[in-house]
Amino acid sequence: MKRNKNVMLLIIFLFAFAVLMLAPFLGMETISLKTIFLSGGEQVKVDIFWKIRLPRIVTAFLAGAALAISGMAFQAMFRNPLATPFTLGVSSGAAFGAAMYVKIGVFFSILGISGQSIFSFVGAIAAIILVYGITRVKKGFSTTTMLVAGVAINFFFSSLIMFIQYMSDFANSFRIIRWLMGGFEIVGFSPVLTILPFVVIGSGVVFLLTNELNLLTLGEDIALSRGGDVKKIKLALFFATSLMVGGIVSVCGPIGFVGMMAPHICRLLIGPDHRYLTPVSFLFGGAFLVFCDTLARMLIAPAEIPVGVITALLGGPFFLWLLLSGGSERKIF
Amino acid sequence: MNNSIIEINNLSLSISNKTILDSVSLQIYEGDYLSIIGPNGAGKTSLLKCLMRIYSGSDGAIKFLGTPIEKFSQKNLAKLISYVPQSDGRIFPFTVEEFVMIGRYPHLSPFTSFNAEDKKSVQAALELTKTKQFCDRQLNTLSGGERQIVFIAAALAQGADILLLDEPTTFLDPKHEQEIYKILRKINTQLCKTIISVTHDINSAALQSEKVIILKNGKVNFSGKATEIMSNNILEKAYEKSFTFTNHPITGQTIIAPETPQA
Repeated sequence: MKRNKNVMLLIIFLFAFAVLMLAPFLGMETISLKTIFLSGGEQVKVDIFWKIRLPRIVTAFLAGAALAISGMAFQAMFRNPLATPFTLGVSSGAAFGAAMYVKIGVFFSILGISGQSIFSFVGAIAAIILVYGITRVKKGFSTTTMLVAGVAINFFFSSLIMFIQYMSDFANSFRIIRWLMGGFEIVGFSPVLTILPFVVIGSGVVFLLTNELNLLTLGEDIALSRGGDVKKIKLALFFATSLMVGGIVSVCGPIGFVGMMAPHICRLLIGPDHRYLTPVSFLFGGAFLVFCDTLARMLIAPAEIPVGVITALLGGPFFLWLLLSGGSERKIF
Repeated sequence: MNNSIIEINNLSLSISNKTILDSVSLQIYEGDYLSIIGPNGAGKTSLLKCLMRIYSGSDGAIKFLGTPIEKFSQKNLAKLISYVPQSDGRIFPFTVEEFVMIGRYPHLSPFTSFNAEDKKSVQAALELTKTKQFCDRQLNTLSGGERQIVFIAAALAQGADILLLDEPTTFLDPKHEQEIYKILRKINTQLCKTIISVTHDINSAALQSEKVIILKNGKVNFSGKATEIMSNNILEKAYEKSFTFTNHPITGQTIIAPETPQA
C-alpha cells in the first residue's frame, strides 16, 4: 500500500516537473533551448521567454497548487465534497473589489502591484472578516455557521457585482466579466513576488496540519476525542487558506474548477490520507493549471482562451473517466 | 479499594437554556467497569461528552487523578481517555489500519510521523480485537458490527486508561453484541482499563459491568453495584414502568423484562 503511494507521488512529481520544463518553450512561437542559452539568439524570443512566459508559468503553478490545497483543506474541514476555495465568499469579495475599481475608473498602481489587485485584495479581506465575524457571533465557532455565512456573503457580493455591471457601460461591463474568467496575462516577475508570500505561508500551514486534516474528516467529536484542538485547527486553516486564496484571486482572478476538482482527482489517484494527498494536490494542481494555460495560449493563437474555460473543459471529463473506470474501490468521500 | 480516577463534583450543563445535567456528582475508580443507563434524554451521552470535553460543563466540576479537566490540553486529555461515539452511520474513506493509526494522534509530536511504538500499539489493538485479518479493507466495506469493533480498536490504540463508549452494541446482532462484550471484558480485566459504557440494554448492564449509574432528567437517580438494580423499585423509579425478574432456564442468570401491558 505504502509503496504504491510513494510510486504515485513520484509519478505526479515527474509529471509536474515535465510540464514545468516544457511549458515555457511552447506557445504561439516555439522557442528552442539554443535561442535561450546560446548568445546570438533572437532578442525578442529571449525576452518572451524570460519576461513573459516564465513568470506566467510560475504564477500559474503557484495559483493552481494553492487553489488545489485550499479546496482540499476546505473539503476536509467542512466534510463536504462540494466545498471549493471560493465557498466562503473570498473570491466574490475580491471580484466586488475588482468591479469597484473598474467602475471608479481611476487607474493606478503601487510598487508594481496594479490597483485592480489592491482593490480586489481589500474585497477579499472584507469577505474574510465578515465570515469570521458572523461565525464568532454564534457560540462554538461551528463549521456549519461558517459555511452558511460564506454562502450568504457569496450571494451578497454577487448581487453587488451584478448591480455595478448593470450600472456600467458595455466596455466596463465586459472588463468585469473578463476579470471574472481569470487568467495570467502578466508581464515580469512582480505578480510572482506578490503572491509568493501568501502561497508560502498558506501552504506551509496546510502542510503542517496534514494529520489534523485527517482528524477533521472524522468529524469534530472524534477529532476532539483523539486529542485534536479542533477550534485552533479550524482557525489556522481558515485564515491561512483564505488569505492565500485572496492573494491568488487578486492577481489571477477567480479561476474555477482547479480548487474543487484537483483534490478529488488526487483522492482517486492516491487515496484520502492527507499526508500524501497534500503534496500530490499541490503538485497536480500546479501542473494542471500550467498545462491548461499552455493550451489556452496555443489553441487559438494569436488570441488566447481564458484559462478558466479550459480547466473545466479538460478536467471535467478526466475526472469522470477516473471515477467511472476505477470500480467500487474508488471512493472519494 | 482502587484509586479514584475520575471525580465529578456538581457538574451542570445547559444547552440553549435547557438543563441537560443538573449537579451530577460521581466517583469513578481505576479499573471500574461502569454502565450508565436511564431513559432517553436523561443526559447520558452529554455526560460522556463533558468528560471528553466535547461539551464544556460547569467550571472545576471534573477532575482526573485530582487535576481539573481545564488544566489538560486536548492532547493530554486524549492520552488519558478515549471515546467511541454513538454510531451515526457516517463512513470514512480510510482503511481499517489507517483509521486505527489516526488513534495515535495524541502521541504525535509536532513535525513528526508515526513511529515504531505507534505501529506496535496499532498492531496490539488489531490483534486484541481480532480485526487484523481485515486491516487493509476500506471502512465502508465493513458490516455495522465489524465497524463498531474497529472503532473500539482505534480507541484502544490511543493508549488511554479510560475508555468511554456510547451505546456500543445498539443495532448489532447477538453474535457481534457478545463479541463486543468479550472484548470489553478483556480490556477491563487484562489491560486493567476503566470502562464507562452508556447503554439501553439493562440486562447487559446488570450482567457485564460491576457498577451501574442510572441518570434521569440530568440527575443521578441511582449509583451502586450492578446486582442491586435487579429490584423493581429501583428500575420502576427510573423508568416509570414496572419490571419482572426471572431466571434464565439454562444459565440461571437473572433476566430483567419490562412488563408489557395487556392489549
